[in-house]
Amino acid sequence: MLRFIIRRILQAIPTVIAVALLIFVIFSVVPGSFTSSLIADGRSGSDPMLVERLNKEFGLDKSLPERFTAYVYDLARFDLGTSFRTREPVTDVIGARLWPSLKLAMAAMVFAVAFGVPLGFLAALKPGSILDTVTMIGAVSGLSLPQFWLGLLLMYLFALQLGWLPSFGYGDGGLRYLILPAITLGLTPLALLARTTRAGVLEVMNADFIRTAYSKGMSSGRVVRWHVTRNALVLIVTTIGLQFGSLMGQAVVIEKLFSWPGLGSLLVDSVALRDIPVVQGSILVIVLWFLLINTIVDVVYAAIDPRIKQD
Amino acid sequence: MFKTLSLTAMLMLGVSTATFAQEPRSGGVLNFVAPYGASFATLDIHATPQTQDEFYGMAIHRSLYSWDSLKNEPALELATSVSVSDDGKVYTYKLRDNAFFHNGRKLSADDIIWSYKRLATPSNAFPGARYIADIAGADAFASGKATEISGLKKIDDLTLEITFTAPINPGFNLMRTNAAIYPADIGDKAATNPIGLGPFKFVEHVPGSRIVVEKFDKFYEQGKPYLDKVNIVIMEDSAARDVAFRNQEIDVTVLGPTQYVAYQGDAALSKNILEVAEGYTRNVGFNPNFAPFADKRVRQAINYAIDTKLIVERLAKNKAYRAVSWLPLSSPAYDTTAQPYAYDPEKAKALLAEAGFDKGFEFELTATQNESWGIPIVEAIIPMLAKVGVTVKAKPVEASVLSEVVPAGDFQAYMWSNNSGPDALAALQCFYSKTAQSACNYANYKNPEFDKLFEAAQVERDEAAKTELLKKANNFLQEEAPVWFFNYNKAVMAYQPWLHGLKPNATELALQDYEDIWIDETAPASRK
Repeated sequence: MLRFIIRRILQAIPTVIAVALLIFVIFSVVPGSFTSSLIADGRSGSDPMLVERLNKEFGLDKSLPERFTAYVYDLARFDLGTSFRTREPVTDVIGARLWPSLKLAMAAMVFAVAFGVPLGFLAALKPGSILDTVTMIGAVSGLSLPQFWLGLLLMYLFALQLGWLPSFGYGDGGLRYLILPAITLGLTPLALLARTTRAGVLEVMNADFIRTAYSKGMSSGRVVRWHVTRNALVLIVTTIGLQFGSLMGQAVVIEKLFSWPGLGSLLVDSVALRDIPVVQGSILVIVLWFLLINTIVDVVYAAIDPRIKQD
Repeated sequence: MFKTLSLTAMLMLGVSTATFAQEPRSGGVLNFVAPYGASFATLDIHATPQTQDEFYGMAIHRSLYSWDSLKNEPALELATSVSVSDDGKVYTYKLRDNAFFHNGRKLSADDIIWSYKRLATPSNAFPGARYIADIAGADAFASGKATEISGLKKIDDLTLEITFTAPINPGFNLMRTNAAIYPADIGDKAATNPIGLGPFKFVEHVPGSRIVVEKFDKFYEQGKPYLDKVNIVIMEDSAARDVAFRNQEIDVTVLGPTQYVAYQGDAALSKNILEVAEGYTRNVGFNPNFAPFADKRVRQAINYAIDTKLIVERLAKNKAYRAVSWLPLSSPAYDTTAQPYAYDPEKAKALLAEAGFDKGFEFELTATQNESWGIPIVEAIIPMLAKVGVTVKAKPVEASVLSEVVPAGDFQAYMWSNNSGPDALAALQCFYSKTAQSACNYANYKNPEFDKLFEAAQVERDEAAKTELLKKANNFLQEEAPVWFFNYNKAVMAYQPWLHGLKPNATELALQDYEDIWIDETAPASRK
């Protein structure tokens, strides 16, 4: 198993390098710069002297190949550079936002798995039932609703009308502040999980070996526990992994809406202000997160189905 | 002027009646909103490149001058008096002897000299360096030719002499939050443990969420601040702000056009709205290097061809004041007798024909997606100009791209919202021929007659005569039409009924003097 994990990690390294270089190239050619963003709100005129000083301070006066070399050199030493905007190390800037982001992604995923998998399972066990119909209508709605709009509706209902929860902010970092953004963010993966689980379970239920199991006199509960669940799990874990991996990136809108201090809102701000080191660092962290989750999913695969490990 | 006065009067009535009717109450917690981004950039106010950071800067820091929102002019803040030399260049300040930093140390002239030297140090690359550039010797210091700024002279601990390079009003620059005074012994802690002279001291920063400040007992204004604590919370999304405000989680909110209409239509919410004509002029700048725009008649024709009043009413939802020329309503040099360009397509056609463009022409208009001065407005302009034979091609760009291409002159026309106050001289300098396009003369305007008026105003020592010259220059600019004069921003802030002491700050409404704000007995328990 350890060799399998090491192999997966080694396979991820070229992906990380490719992404890092791609980010550098993209943000080297897009128009707009940090110095131009300083006057974007029109509050002050451009200050050529400041532009010159800032370009010198941040090495932006150097040629592209020189900047690229410095970027690769720093990256090799796990140095993500200095934020143009905050003038702090990018690792510190991102570090301050990482835990709120992880907390939100994990809470959203717990919510999605806790409701999505059982609902999909129950719907598949009784296809065509009221539960199945209601679950699938809910799942389609969950996938179709814009998160932004849904978030506003939840705010309106639970904060403004019922007064149960705060409408925004991080507060003390407690559960009260986490519930609304987590539900909003978790609804799409919940809907997807419910649909995927239902489809996966239905497919297994119709397989020959299930019929064989029933014909051998196994009880429904035993068939579901021993055969259906285990075989449907690969698809469910895949969906969970993909959704969990991409949640940090998807959280951008939710973080903005709920004023949640995560990586997503930092990324949007940094793109608008062309704080390139922070943009590069944030995307890299999101990619690493995705790769980590995928590696964990691969390990879980191997645990569920030993044939995968042999492959 | 009547309009300006009545506006100020209305605002003062609306805002301050309750203030005068009741004695300010001490205590309470204010939940104030910082709406211009998803984070604060840095806790070092000298280093910050963005307005967002001024929200905490107003609480923690103080500069030599401050903005008096009610008088609409800069006022001495850290000095009790100033004497000015006959040539208007040497200012001698008597500093407050009751101003203390949050570390308990008393303010001295050394702190001001140290702070200004810190700003001017080139390796720091601080945005605030421009605000002290008018001090004699700042250039030599910045270029490494001198180790001190020669224009800064300590007479004694509480007396400071500053020599400027020209007879300017230094208040406009030295009131900026970016030019705040730090204790000279703060070392490298400015960005981690901000210490200032302001009414509140730093307590906590949760990156991306909030900054918390609490009352500083040794603040120099007797009995102030009234509040015990201020939570400055980051809330960028306007819809979310609306819910939070209605839910009484925040005490103020900044309104956009759509919300402005909704709040005006609500019997309760409409009672607590603060409005001010901010010093921003929304405009379409014309590039004179693009042949048609080199002709004044073409630029005037565009001003006549657009139904500005209609756009302000329908699209800006009246959350704007129609622009007459460059200087805004709040400027003392704004001419209340001047009339805006009338909507007159026939006159526009005639002017185009006179200029040799009777068959019209096509131009590209670069703009962002901003709802108040971007593509939505361009879309409204397109059919209006089409009526006079002018074809507009919209070129949408991101905000930081607009601010890159315009100073570089890489456009035919652009739409932007530019600062036009509070210093009328500085605002009109952006049309002075010696001002580079890369600085703020974005329309690359050059006219000897305008230059003459501007230069006369520059050296004029008598304030009334100076204002008159600036008024003439501003009117001249209207006639010259280097831009399409669209509107002056009407900044609108809604506040909770228990809140008092907000002021119509024409430089930026959302920036308030926290020390004057107080909360009455009707506030919810969480705020008292």
